[in-house]
Amino acid sequence: MKRGTWVVVLLLLLLAAVPPLAAIFNEPFYLDLFRRIMIFAIAAASLNLILGYGGMVSFGHAAYLGIGGYAVGILSHYGIDNGVLQWLLAIGASALVACVIGAISIRTSGIYFIMITLAFTQMLYYLGVSIEEFGGDDGMRLTMKSQFGGLLDLNNATLFYYVVLAILALVALLIHRLVHSRFGMVIRAARSNEVRTHAIGFSPYGYRLVAFVISGAICGLAGALFANQTGFLTPDFMHWTRSGEIMFMVILGGIGTTAGPVLGAAVLLLLEDRLSALTAHWQIILGPFLILVVLFARRGLAGLFLREGRDG
Amino acid sequence: MNAILIIEQALNGLQLGVMLFLMAAGLTLVFGIMNLVNLAHGSLYMVGAYLATYFAQLTGSYLLGALLGLGGTLVVGMVVELIALRTLYERDHLDQVLATFGLILFFNELVAILWGRNAIYSNLPEYLTGHVELAANLFYPLYRLLIIGIGLLVAALLWYIVTQTRIGMLVRAGASNRTMVAALGINIRLLYTLVFGLGAALAGLAGLLSGPLFAVQSGMGEQILIQVFVVIVIGGIGSVRGAFAGAVIVGMVDTLGRAFLKPTLATIISPAAADSAGPALASMLIYLLMAAVLAFRPQGLFGGRSP
Repeated sequence: MKRGTWVVVLLLLLLAAVPPLAAIFNEPFYLDLFRRIMIFAIAAASLNLILGYGGMVSFGHAAYLGIGGYAVGILSHYGIDNGVLQWLLAIGASALVACVIGAISIRTSGIYFIMITLAFTQMLYYLGVSIEEFGGDDGMRLTMKSQFGGLLDLNNATLFYYVVLAILALVALLIHRLVHSRFGMVIRAARSNEVRTHAIGFSPYGYRLVAFVISGAICGLAGALFANQTGFLTPDFMHWTRSGEIMFMVILGGIGTTAGPVLGAAVLLLLEDRLSALTAHWQIILGPFLILVVLFARRGLAGLFLREGRDG
Repeated sequence: MNAILIIEQALNGLQLGVMLFLMAAGLTLVFGIMNLVNLAHGSLYMVGAYLATYFAQLTGSYLLGALLGLGGTLVVGMVVELIALRTLYERDHLDQVLATFGLILFFNELVAILWGRNAIYSNLPEYLTGHVELAANLFYPLYRLLIIGIGLLVAALLWYIVTQTRIGMLVRAGASNRTMVAALGINIRLLYTLVFGLGAALAGLAGLLSGPLFAVQSGMGEQILIQVFVVIVIGGIGSVRGAFAGAVIVGMVDTLGRAFLKPTLATIISPAAADSAGPALASMLIYLLMAAVLAFRPQGLFGGRSP
């Protein structure tokens, strides 16, 4: 196996060891924290697909987190607790919205793309704020977690943890396979040189849009998981700072690598956890840290393990 | 709905429009010339509002506070450019977005440390609180008229500077070919710092003008920033003319939408449905407008022309 694959397998094994360790040291808080980390790792991995491999700087990925969350919340609000339905709706609705946003945004590039994805997410945020039926600004409580008959009980914290871990592993595998398929080749080719991609007979628009939709759908699933994690959802799911955070996870971990989003989510959330225990004003430390990472650690954490231009 | 209400709301729209323009002009110039995406532009707006309010309380004079606030924002802007942003000009947009996102976190937390998390309020002096009778029965707040006046004046001044002066010529030249301008012996770094300072001062001006209208609080910059993005995307990035057109359009659409969409909808669909759909649609209106403009002109209304 390549070195990149080893890093991912090692990370997943470490994550799998968290529940028994948390049980031994009687620290259930860490079970919660690491589940949160994995949910954000899924979101970051979905962003990495279009950002890292496709070169599409989406500054609005929190939108799909929100749509996934609201899909679960709204069905639950109307008394439908079937997890399969909820999660399918989360994926489907996110894919649909990503299709609309993508169809417009991908016509542009560079700075326009960044601003437009940001603006559309802000639009959805205000939509969430203004719909009183679903709690408006205050958000709404999830009456119960997604139900899967007698098969899975998400109220069992450890079981829920392993469900998230399994989904994370599947998503990582899916994205890895996708990126190394013919489809992924076109996406990556369009990123490095759009004109040549055209010249060899590919029109990148459709490929990019499909990648954008897949990315949105995966992030929607992360949103459904996140709603179950918090048991509560507000428009803040879609707040633009959350989009920034997810983006930072990808960069911090290492853009365009499979292990990167997992590493980035883990380091950022653990850092936030430590800093916020230290001081209420932890963002005054996080802000400059972010700037320093951008200025001096271009290849992210995964860059420490992986060789230049290889693996993935 | 009567004529007076419509005129009043149109003036409110114009007032929001010129405010957006003050922000958009700086952002679009900085992008056009330095090729820098500065998310922290909203932070400068916030810094302007805080400094003006702080100095006004300190000196007891609104005017003095405004002047000191303006100068202070200019200095803060130039310092930020020298320390953090200068190294980012050659980087790609992704790096710029993230680094300036870091700046936002820093500034939001800094003002929270200095002035607390609760909003502070800046009071208008007696002589600015009155209303003006524009027409029979049409009373409009003097302060809002003042904002419109200042905004239009700044727009005219910017037009003059950019099109008629030597500095403006350099700015336009810098936007179309930086390397060539530098090769002709122009100190491009100094030009950058000046342009950035100008943009910062304009953002500070918008911030200090908005202080008495809204609450001055941490994070206030980002609310307007994203609207400013919509303005710039509609107007075309890098174009000051586009920024003006976009700002007025967005200001009008947003204000009139919030005021009249619900009553208009109520005449078509049931009032109850209009009650819930009206505000939701009104808050989405400018983004839908942006999507519509992009569908026809992806480069914006004035994109791809000189600033």
